[in-house]
Amino acid sequence: MTVQPSLDVKGLAYAYPDGHQALFGVDLTVHRGEQVALLGPNGAGKTTLVLHLNGILSGGLGTVRIGGLEVRPHERAALREIRRRVGVVFQDPDDQLFMPTVRDDVSFGPANLGLRGAELDQRVGEALAAVGMSEHVDRPPHHLSFGQRRRVAVATVLAMHPEILVLDEPTSNLDPASRRELADVIEQLDVTVLLVTHDLPYALQLCERSVVLSGGTIVADGGTADVLSDETLLAAHRLELPFGFDPRSVASDLSA
Amino acid sequence: MTGHAHLLYRHGDSVVHRLPAHVKVTALLAFVLIVVSTSRQHYLAFAGFAALLAVVAVVAQVPPRFIATRALIEVPFLVFAAILPFVATGERVDVLGLSLSSEGLLAAWNIAVKGTLGVVASILLAATTDARALLLGLQRLRLPARLVEIASFMVRYADVVASDLHRMRIARESRAFEARHLGHLRVVAQGAGALFVRSYERGERVHMAMLSRGYSGAMPLSGAAPATRSDWATAAALPVAAVLIALTLEVLR
Repeated sequence: MTVQPSLDVKGLAYAYPDGHQALFGVDLTVHRGEQVALLGPNGAGKTTLVLHLNGILSGGLGTVRIGGLEVRPHERAALREIRRRVGVVFQDPDDQLFMPTVRDDVSFGPANLGLRGAELDQRVGEALAAVGMSEHVDRPPHHLSFGQRRRVAVATVLAMHPEILVLDEPTSNLDPASRRELADVIEQLDVTVLLVTHDLPYALQLCERSVVLSGGTIVADGGTADVLSDETLLAAHRLELPFGFDPRSVASDLSA
Repeated sequence: MTGHAHLLYRHGDSVVHRLPAHVKVTALLAFVLIVVSTSRQHYLAFAGFAALLAVVAVVAQVPPRFIATRALIEVPFLVFAAILPFVATGERVDVLGLSLSSEGLLAAWNIAVKGTLGVVASILLAATTDARALLLGLQRLRLPARLVEIASFMVRYADVVASDLHRMRIARESRAFEARHLGHLRVVAQGAGALFVRSYERGERVHMAMLSRGYSGAMPLSGAAPATRSDWATAAALPVAAVLIALTLEVLR
């Protein structure tokens, strides 16, 4: 038996009820253990794609499979399994952390999956340890710093033991130190990652492969260093490297 | 700030702090019911009730000043009560040269004393119970789950909305806006509208985040410690003492 890819999107097209079409036939396969960056300018359809991965949005054409299981929004039991398999970390941690304490929040997902008691506590402990937030377990989320909240948000989905971790713009609003701390956390995770961002250096640091989503379709798919070195491609899709940043020299430093 | 501090909470470690929240809520409710059902002319009984609350405050190590400043919330009601002796009809009495309605005086006393006792008792509950414990307590008391959820979101997002509001005010003032006359109400009202829309949209995003983690209609708040018999006995001391005071005075009359 072959291992099913963690994520397999085929011909996904979607238009919002107001008629605005966001996706025009997206194909994307992410194999187990891969860390892939999904790059694209604002308005490229990145968030729309993310919301399809766990069946929040649906009703267009095409299929999404997570570890071989197809996302069918009308089958409740299957949908619950899909939402366990896909851990989405949303852009604003204040949206993600809604319970009175960090412990309650990290328990929320696994408790919805039916875990209780010692098993639940163990999941919470593991997840918080993985993001280095164990000592804050009893604090209310709104008393944490922004970077700490982001890491707790990652823990809330890690606690569900996802097949694939989807991070939507994880570096937005982070200061450089928090940004690095988050990278340290993501790097040592043993899980498939889809990193949705327009922070190109971050993609280069964390992901070997990148795909570019623009105008609702995948326009490039390859090694991150190659994608970022293709100046005409970047210019055509409103992607820009920070001033003075040379992906080739950084990539050779990384591989050295 | 540490823990689940809210403005009314005073961190401490006393018998009252340690009692489970649902036990305290029940005791408070019983006490308040006894207070409001006591006839307003049993002046001594109210002195007794006040003494009971003083004992609770001492045991819980809540200083009088802490209670007094928080009891200011009651002032509008007291103002309303203070008007009654002047506007009520019926038999008049002279107090310091003012002609007042005796019925009005009694009504004012009734509102003031019962209101104050209730407010002080609630402040004592809030001072000794953090927000999360209170939510768990309400859940244990079988308050409908939806209401507990709404209250829990309120606790969580009050700060977020307040800081949204604060940022919007700073943004207005940074562009040299000052609310100087009534015409500026329009700007402030638009701000309130924008805040509503923002909060509504945030609500949608939070709901999406909840669905993503398998929310299916029940909020798993966990960890409420069950109450022991001695917890109930300790908490019952307040309402039982209040009943004894009321009954004793009834018999002595």
